[in-house]
Amino acid sequence: MIKVRHLTKYYGKRLAVDNISFDIGKGEIVGLLGPNAAGKSTTMRILTGFMMPTKGDTWIADCNMVTNSLEGRKHIGYMPESVPLYTDMTVRDYLDFFARLRGVERDRARKRINEVVTLCSLEEYVDTIIGKLSRGYKQRVGLAQAIVHEPEVLILDEPTVGIDPIQVSQTRNLIKELGKEHTILLSTHILPEVTMTCSRVIIIHKGKIVAEDRMENLSAITKGSRRLRLEVKGPSDQIIRRLQRIDGVRKVSKEGNYLIVESPINIDPRGQITETIVKSGWTLLSIESVEMSLEDIFLQLTTKEETEQ
Amino acid sequence: MKKISIIAGKELRGYLNSPIAYIIISVFLVITGWYFGSYLRQIDYNNTTIQGFLNVAVPCILAFAAVITMRSLSEEKKMGTWELLLTSPVSDTEVVLGKFAAGIGLMIVLLVLTLYYTLLLLVLGGAPDTGPIWTSYLGLVLLGSAALAIGIFISSLTNNQIISVVVSGGILAALWGIGFAVSYVPKGFQQLISYISFKSNFNNFLIGIIDTRSVVFLLSITVLFLYLAVRSLETGRWN
Repeated sequence: MIKVRHLTKYYGKRLAVDNISFDIGKGEIVGLLGPNAAGKSTTMRILTGFMMPTKGDTWIADCNMVTNSLEGRKHIGYMPESVPLYTDMTVRDYLDFFARLRGVERDRARKRINEVVTLCSLEEYVDTIIGKLSRGYKQRVGLAQAIVHEPEVLILDEPTVGIDPIQVSQTRNLIKELGKEHTILLSTHILPEVTMTCSRVIIIHKGKIVAEDRMENLSAITKGSRRLRLEVKGPSDQIIRRLQRIDGVRKVSKEGNYLIVESPINIDPRGQITETIVKSGWTLLSIESVEMSLEDIFLQLTTKEETEQ
Repeated sequence: MKKISIIAGKELRGYLNSPIAYIIISVFLVITGWYFGSYLRQIDYNNTTIQGFLNVAVPCILAFAAVITMRSLSEEKKMGTWELLLTSPVSDTEVVLGKFAAGIGLMIVLLVLTLYYTLLLLVLGGAPDTGPIWTSYLGLVLLGSAALAIGIFISSLTNNQIISVVVSGGILAALWGIGFAVSYVPKGFQQLISYISFKSNFNNFLIGIIDTRSVVFLLSITVLFLYLAVRSLETGRWN
């Protein structure tokens, strides 16, 4: 449904997307995961035909988005990161405008608006001026806009940014629901979001794909190492040196008042750590396991790649 | 064609739902009405003519064009809605023409309202010379389209409506005002200036002449700037 080959985009001299290729099949929900400025939005903007690539090609439903963009755009529903809205229009007029602009006939548009408004729980606000809606409802209007013309492909740029936690989970459920009928590519910088909604993930960093895998395999990457957070009373330099000598400890680093100890997943150094600290006459205030953050995963993925090279 | 009318319809509704269109139309009618009346008084009502209105109509219509086009594309850029517009199955040309058609529509509403001056003269038993009146209206429509096209192009270059209105207002004022300089410049320049000046181009329409040169010039300006606006949208996609 979505095909990307050797996509490269420069903004002036700055390289935003660096020779990426991937495929997304019909009915898949794929997460494009990456930190800010990784090239997610640029990739999406090129896929939707808003921008042209510097090099490479993209296809949506077999339409080349460089040479046949107008045809390809018929198959796309897009929600940009900023959720742009005409704030002086009512929800109904706004949806009607985009439905009609995308070729939905007047009667059909009326029917579709009722459907999407129900789907996005906007019934109460359909005749409200968009500017008066809260952030969460605006987000829903943005999503409704993307699906009103029944596109086969949905491209959602950070669909849950800036809304409250309850709305986040509602939006995620809605996306899952939409995934039954649409092919979806969504971008996010929140790891749990892809775990919850996507079947596959493409991780991009500095414009390059650093990992592309099914969710199960990604979890293996994240579980490949164990992290412990310690709070120890004592001279930290000495403690770090001492801890580093323990078998199975890969790395010890300082993070504020805490020490972070990394070790392979199959080794549990907690016993030895406590023993060492107590024996040396320091005080162990706390010890706990911590999840790897997205930044750590990126760090791991990118450094791994570099060593492989 | 259908897409153009959908965009134009949305734009027109936007104008009519916001106070700005009503304010501009009111100001326009107050100024032109004032000049219309005071000119008649000045000539002691010896003639029934809308000359007073026509004397200020051109600068007024240029100001009108600069103000109503200031948000046409710049606002879409600022709000980010052009990202949706440009990813819908609509060509850049259709977007620009839709915006242009809405401007023309509002301008025609405005000019129809000013027919009141002519009607008033007819109803009160005057005998205005209708020939020059119709050619003047034709001239206003052509000048207005050229001004709207320039305004839309400028609006496509920025996401700030204030910059847009100031720059396009400045360009339009220069194209109008340069006409006053005709008698002060060397002979060689006179012809050039009277060819490009909005004021000189309007003078023939004012006395009932439809000069092909003026018609061609104003239509060319319109087409040229609409084309530039389309190119400006296209260029944005490649940067």
